[in-house]
Amino acid sequence: MEKILFLAHTQADGTLPSAAREALSAAVDLCRGLAGSSLAVGLIGQEIKSAADAIASCGAARFLAVTGAEFAVSRYASDAAAIESLVRQADATLIVAPATSRFSRAIPGVVQRLQGRIETHISGLDVADGKLRVQRWYYRQRMVATLTRSHRPWFLVVDAGVFSPWEGEAGSASPENVAAEFPENCTRTRVIGVQSPSANTQTIRPEADVLFVAGAGWTKKQADGELHVKEAEELILDFLKKNNASLGSSKSLVDQSVEGEAVLPFMSHLNQVGQTGSTPRHPKGLATCCHGEEPHAVGWRFINERRAINLDANCGWAQGKADVLYVADAFQVMKKVNELLGQ
Amino acid sequence: MNGGFHIVVCGSIVPDPLQTLAPIEGPTGPALKNELMLPAVLDPWAGHALYEAAHLAKNAPGSKVWLVSLGPKAKLQQLMMTIAQKVSFELVVLDGPAGGFTDPCEVAGALAGGIEKIPDLDRSRLLLFGGCASASRDAGVTMQMVGERLGITDQFLGVDELTVSEDGSLQVLERIEGGQYQVSVCTGAPAVLAWATGNLPEPPNNPQIGMMNMRTIMPALQKAQPAPVGAEGVSYLGVELPKQRRETRIVKDLSVDEIAREIVEWLKG
Repeated sequence: MEKILFLAHTQADGTLPSAAREALSAAVDLCRGLAGSSLAVGLIGQEIKSAADAIASCGAARFLAVTGAEFAVSRYASDAAAIESLVRQADATLIVAPATSRFSRAIPGVVQRLQGRIETHISGLDVADGKLRVQRWYYRQRMVATLTRSHRPWFLVVDAGVFSPWEGEAGSASPENVAAEFPENCTRTRVIGVQSPSANTQTIRPEADVLFVAGAGWTKKQADGELHVKEAEELILDFLKKNNASLGSSKSLVDQSVEGEAVLPFMSHLNQVGQTGSTPRHPKGLATCCHGEEPHAVGWRFINERRAINLDANCGWAQGKADVLYVADAFQVMKKVNELLGQ
Repeated sequence: MNGGFHIVVCGSIVPDPLQTLAPIEGPTGPALKNELMLPAVLDPWAGHALYEAAHLAKNAPGSKVWLVSLGPKAKLQQLMMTIAQKVSFELVVLDGPAGGFTDPCEVAGALAGGIEKIPDLDRSRLLLFGGCASASRDAGVTMQMVGERLGITDQFLGVDELTVSEDGSLQVLERIEGGQYQVSVCTGAPAVLAWATGNLPEPPNNPQIGMMNMRTIMPALQKAQPAPVGAEGVSYLGVELPKQRRETRIVKDLSVDEIAREIVEWLKG
């Protein structure tokens, strides 16, 4: 019999992030699938009542909470103390949590403290013959494994976009307050604030329907023998604005900034998709001026429909990595696309 | 910062990203086909951590950098032929598997054990560096576990920038959701910094640095401690390559207008 604990933290406005609702879905499904198991909810934040009420009907037998000003911010020492207390209080054997940056930082240390085990980047959970089976990718989305463990406690950190967000009636939860034991020097780290990489442009939009990837070709000499970086910048930003798309990049393009070459000012390593970048989840992806080599294309694993524009008909996208490859000049095509989107 | 930092970088090898990888069933669980024959590179995010460590050590007099590597000794020796020419460090070798199918708890235990045995390591000045995730297991948990084992409760994940103030305090930029950074200030070492890309380019090869490093690297390889890590308690039910290969339609003979129209229809569909 498993004791399942769903863990989440609140956001600045007191609500749960959507990734948390997705993880809750996974936890609820798991509780249904594992006969005789029970579900508890553990929440962390300055104030968690409204978040608890929003998920009051999820079927949890207990709501536990660590609250207070110290837990408003995302900091390893305080978060680890809070998570440890919640897991101990719930006596949990399976802990399901969303892969937020806050939990990704803090949970592994708690696993160490509790002598547990952990799986991260979970892309699937199912129960067969009464056993929990976890699916996750290895070698940066090159191969997928299904595994199980007997060791408990077992922490399951679920990637965003895998499960549908939990939906249910709000109600009135009665969270039990749990005291977190603060280690000495817990507040040696102070969170100063949040900074966007680009002052005037927010280009990373995880909720967007379309991922637009720009490759290094945008900043290379074009057919007329000249660089057209300013024009590239305008075309890309115009497309992002008109289509509300998220911006990705190949490694070679973002590396140019540290190598002193012409750069797109709104592009940073945060935009990088692929082996050493991110693996975003979007329904559609459009690659431009990018060759689609394997180290980049592995970052497209969770992009459902893929199209690419490239001058090279033999580029990587042509090798079964895209649904459609347009052999054309991306400057010309995107200019026309923007015109059509603006009509 | 008086006396500088003692910077320990955890990092090992991964297969060259351009190689084709295929899983096989090995005697102790899943493995890569021809794993020992595959060309290897320094794990990219660990590489960034190493370059950031060297940069920091250069600017904080009295600092020293160690690279603690868990991997097959022979493969690490090959890797050192290139890495050792880039930045100065002292190597600590843990001779064991470097594949992705080992358990991070066991790996963390081996790394922490190796770090604890480093002579003259001043833990009060320790900055524990590494990649925010490996390109093999890609769990993103090992550094936090090593830090926890070493009793370090100031930890940062997905770091792109570290600024050290004159009083030794550390300002850290960590990647968070939506392409933003969280800015934190820590009063000083010890701390764990699991790096993302950072801001530094790969340093050029410098044969002088290589010769200097090799004086300590060869003895370190000879003194390699065995670290037989595995994945005890994990039952792999299957490891497979994704089956999806798309039937790519290559469009060569449409005008720009027609292509644009098709793309817009697709975007709106």
